[in-house]
Amino acid sequence: MTKYKDAPEILNAKNVCMQFGGLRAVDNFNICLKQGELVGLIGPNGAGKTTAFNVLTGVYKPTSGDVFLAGEDTKPMKPFEISHLGMSRTFQNIRLFRDLSVIDNILIAAKQHAVHSMLDSALRLPRHYTEELRLRDKAMELLKIFHLEGKALDSSGSLPYGEQRKLEIVRALATDPKVLLLDEPAAGMNHKETEGLMETIAKIRRDFKLTVLLIEHDMKLVMGICERILVLDHGVTISQGSPDHIRKDPKVIAAYLGADFAAEHGGAP
Amino acid sequence: MPSPSTPSKMFQKSLVTPVAAMAVLAGLGYVIDVTANQYVQLIFLYICVNTILALSLNLVNGFTGQFSIGHAGFMAVGAYVSAWLSMHAHPMLLSGQLEFLNYILYAAAGGTFAALAGWFVGLPSLRLRGDYLAIVTLGFGEIIRVILLNTEAVGGARGMFGIPSPGDFMTKFLLATFWVMITFLTLWRLVHSVHGRAFLSVREDEIAAQAMGIDTTKVKVRAFVISSFFAGVAGSIFAHAAQYLNPSTFTFTKSVDAIIMVVLGGLGSLTGSVFAAIIVTILPEFVLRPLQEYTGVDLRMVIYSLALILFMIARPAGIFGTRELPDLFKRKAQ
Repeated sequence: MTKYKDAPEILNAKNVCMQFGGLRAVDNFNICLKQGELVGLIGPNGAGKTTAFNVLTGVYKPTSGDVFLAGEDTKPMKPFEISHLGMSRTFQNIRLFRDLSVIDNILIAAKQHAVHSMLDSALRLPRHYTEELRLRDKAMELLKIFHLEGKALDSSGSLPYGEQRKLEIVRALATDPKVLLLDEPAAGMNHKETEGLMETIAKIRRDFKLTVLLIEHDMKLVMGICERILVLDHGVTISQGSPDHIRKDPKVIAAYLGADFAAEHGGAP
Repeated sequence: MPSPSTPSKMFQKSLVTPVAAMAVLAGLGYVIDVTANQYVQLIFLYICVNTILALSLNLVNGFTGQFSIGHAGFMAVGAYVSAWLSMHAHPMLLSGQLEFLNYILYAAAGGTFAALAGWFVGLPSLRLRGDYLAIVTLGFGEIIRVILLNTEAVGGARGMFGIPSPGDFMTKFLLATFWVMITFLTLWRLVHSVHGRAFLSVREDEIAAQAMGIDTTKVKVRAFVISSFFAGVAGSIFAHAAQYLNPSTFTFTKSVDAIIMVVLGGLGSLTGSVFAAIIVTILPEFVLRPLQEYTGVDLRMVIYSLALILFMIARPAGIFGTRELPDLFKRKAQ
């Protein structure tokens, strides 16, 4: 954490509350991401992790509190404007454009960087071809990182589950984000796939100079790659700190990790 | 997309198909002109009208995944504007040999007014989803019809008589096919571009589209405006082919006809819409009418409805589904 002491802050949520009727899904949530950090968000089911993501990305407007992305208040912004500002995400319940091909999924995300107009495309002016080819090449480059280049023309809904999750990450990267939010990227993956994913996340974070916030239930992955962890329970942040700190925190063990995990990993009883 | 040549070469190459297709259509027009009687010729013009109508509605209902059932309203706007201009502002630009070219302007003007109407309706209502949007567009279609019904300047319930025609059948057919061409090319090219994929992303998953930086409301309004423009153009061609307009032409039934063509051809298939428009226009006239004369019983609508029901049971995705004609000739990968 000290490593990032002087890094500029990129995402800052202050006292965010999200109330649905009588339920306070997220209560006084605070997070400050420094540029380049990799932070984990964990907690039992229903703790409000995904709700926090939805508030950060503008899907929900917070009942109270503020979110700043790169210094700008995102409260009045729509999700697509927040995406243009440099935040991208994946979804817990995969939300690919299922009937479209793999490459089309990526090209849709890359559209915000296209400079040709609808008129260019309608008249097939040279600029249309220049731009479409440029975006297509860029999309293929991204696919290569995840070894999906051979499936560029397959329909995305027909990919195996693990590859769909990967494609969601590729699609998120195509928006050229500064901050990437990953919602359970390893869900449904086996041991080996998860390890591969850990490496890939570390690699893209390095190559694309990303700041990453990830929700995950796979403790091996979270403890393995996150530099800092936040723990939510019933919407409240019950603990935060380094993986070592979290592992030993009795509150986290009681609410989420369980005594077995603690015993196995040499934490407090 | 072929990769070998430069973008400017590709641009030049992209002009070949439309010019060739236009030549083929001109040839077809000549054949019809020489062989067919006036009634059959009129049917061919209606095929053009319906093709444009189905193509334009497919952009909203098929590609963008919205549900508009007021398309006849936009068609009416285009038809009346175009007819009015041809009666009161003719010739707008050219006279003499090239006088018929004015009708391109009238169609464009009709389309523009229809597009404005589309923008006006779309902007507030496209925040709605599914059924709600359907009701708003239905209401709009009816409002247009009732306004026309009560406007004496365009003939009210009597309708508009004596609308001038651009010339003989060949002229009319060339103008109509010119617009079919423009409609098809514009929509095809938009759909096969990054902009068109934005339409598809809205159909597939609005939340994901937003998260990927797509302004979904803007995309929907754009689709609606473009669609309305071409519906207006279809109206204009209809006005000058029939040379008579009446508000009762543009009832809810007309909107439903357009929907039938889009669904029959396949939501999200442009070539499907063309096929369906041809079938739906020809079937009642060239197949069912002779059948009626032969048997002496008017079962046209019964058979037509029954055929539709059976077809939708057999092929719920429409003739082509979301595929296009060229896809059927490509060998499937894997």
